[in-house]
Amino acid sequence: MSTDRLNVLKTYKLYVGGKFPRSESGRVYEVTDSKGNWLANAPRSSRKDARDAVVAARKAFGGWSGATAYNRGQVLYRVAEMLEGRRDQFTAEVAAAEGLSRAKAAAQVDAAVDRWVWYAGWSDKVAQVVGGANPVAGPYFNLSTPEPTGVVAVIAPAGSSLLGLVSVVAPVIVTGNTAVVVADESAPLPALSLAEVLATSDVPGGVVNVLSGSAAELGAPLAAHQDVNAVDLAGTAGDTGLATELEVAAADNLKRVLRPAPTADWSAAPGTGRMLAFLETKTVWHPTGGLGAAGSSY
Amino acid sequence: MTVGYARRYAPLVTMPPSAAPALADVTASDAALRRFLHGLPGVDAVGLDARAAALGTRSIKTTAKAYAIDLAISMIDLTTLEGADTAGKVRSLCAKGRNPDPSDRTAPSPAAVCVYPDMVPVAREALAGSGVLVASVATAFPAGRAPLEVKLADVRAAVAAGADEIDMVIDRGAFLSGRYLKVFEEIAAVRENCARVSGGAARLKVIFENGELATYDNVRRASWLAMLAGADFIKTSTGKVAVNATPSNTLVMLEAVRDFRDATGHQVGVKPAGGIRTTKDAVKYLVMVNETLGDDWLSPHWFRFGASGLLNDLLMQRQKLSSGRYSGPDYVTVD
Repeated sequence: MSTDRLNVLKTYKLYVGGKFPRSESGRVYEVTDSKGNWLANAPRSSRKDARDAVVAARKAFGGWSGATAYNRGQVLYRVAEMLEGRRDQFTAEVAAAEGLSRAKAAAQVDAAVDRWVWYAGWSDKVAQVVGGANPVAGPYFNLSTPEPTGVVAVIAPAGSSLLGLVSVVAPVIVTGNTAVVVADESAPLPALSLAEVLATSDVPGGVVNVLSGSAAELGAPLAAHQDVNAVDLAGTAGDTGLATELEVAAADNLKRVLRPAPTADWSAAPGTGRMLAFLETKTVWHPTGGLGAAGSSY
Repeated sequence: MTVGYARRYAPLVTMPPSAAPALADVTASDAALRRFLHGLPGVDAVGLDARAAALGTRSIKTTAKAYAIDLAISMIDLTTLEGADTAGKVRSLCAKGRNPDPSDRTAPSPAAVCVYPDMVPVAREALAGSGVLVASVATAFPAGRAPLEVKLADVRAAVAAGADEIDMVIDRGAFLSGRYLKVFEEIAAVRENCARVSGGAARLKVIFENGELATYDNVRRASWLAMLAGADFIKTSTGKVAVNATPSNTLVMLEAVRDFRDATGHQVGVKPAGGIRTTKDAVKYLVMVNETLGDDWLSPHWFRFGASGLLNDLLMQRQKLSSGRYSGPDYVTVD
């Protein structure tokens, strides 16, 4: 191979509404590997990018939450297939970002794909687990079903650039929510590459929106945004001050808030907690048909 | 570019500038009118688009933005023109006109509520005492394909029912086939029928349907034609076709009303309608008005937005400015 070939460097971009825009602010910042070597420039999103992402997520919510659970599951399986196809790329990015050996990085990517498949399987099962028929003292059917809460802002966890990311994004969207994800500031490249996977795997534009930049700068407008229904503060685990500040801002319109666990082990079995945190329960009453003592019916 | 083409043009057709009666000559016959309208300088389409785009790049922030938002709200003709309109829907729109943001009573009211003629009595009653005007489309809106008597009866009915403003459509078929005098006479006839029995007259807005006029030259000609015939407002479109108000075709009309005032001393309003949905769009139009016409037109009496969805976006932006938080569609009324 000729040695005088110039490298083609990749321009990483945001993922908003199914498109790959640059930051509205025009800013970028240097992303380095774990040893401080320059890797790439990532966009530094502004609050207006966050605003645009929420608009895109809201727009996508109707279609995604209205799709059948089976259909959502199939789309998410497809994402896992595409992730698998880019295994080498993700392995390299995770290795650089987290300073892992190639074998360990590959194990992380495998775990991320498995995690995604595991959540995809839940799409048409979660309703049976947390919904059901309630016994009531009257001639009614009383049925509870879980429904997605809406637009969820996710501050992705630091330190686990792909497995951690997948572990917070998949449970949000599998039940029909749409997400605005703020990638880990120090290791955003796997998140921005995941956006490319999502864009090429039947996930409707706007269902997942990925922003790179500072969690503090983007978290504040997202937590205060009146059109965001819930926030996942996983990425603020190391910063109690910021977590508290965002929780206070989120209280304003009664958002659901998932507080960060003090120590998160992303490789452990996740359980259903993260899915159930972003669901609302809808209960309907329906007459059983009998119209009282006379025993008549319709 | 700021020198009005009419001012340059006026001496050539022996029109003394600033004398309206002199322009009467140009409508003496179909031939004279065609000569005048085709004598208007052509529009440089590329330059026009570039100018309109350049004016859309201004950044309007903080206090100027707050001013622009309130001004834009007060310029809206809140519109519902659907076959499925009901009295209830018109009343709920009127309630919104009275009090656009129930959570913030300082929000200004829109200029008018715009409905079909049969809904005018409902709107009139619902808006009584609010200061919000009632506008009505008429003349077989939106196609305008009806005999003249039917169109005039439509106008009279709307005025009698209490419409403060009439939005008429021109006969695009006649205009495009070059029968300018027919269009002129029709506008003049509608204008006569805008007179109220009690004295005074409803203000007349003339809709061109720019999307059907094909060229910017035609938009300029239609603007002059309508103003010569006595329009109080010229309006871009019905909102019922694919191309509605665009910054470019509105800019042509803004330049026409500027030049018309230079030539005759008579001021005419402009109303872009259709396709203006966001605060950003609205502010672009206001910048264009300010840069082309100046302060004189920056009031609801001289500039309007024909829109319905725009109001919600303006209200959300207004809430953002006052609270510092981004608002959402849950915090404004559903139309």
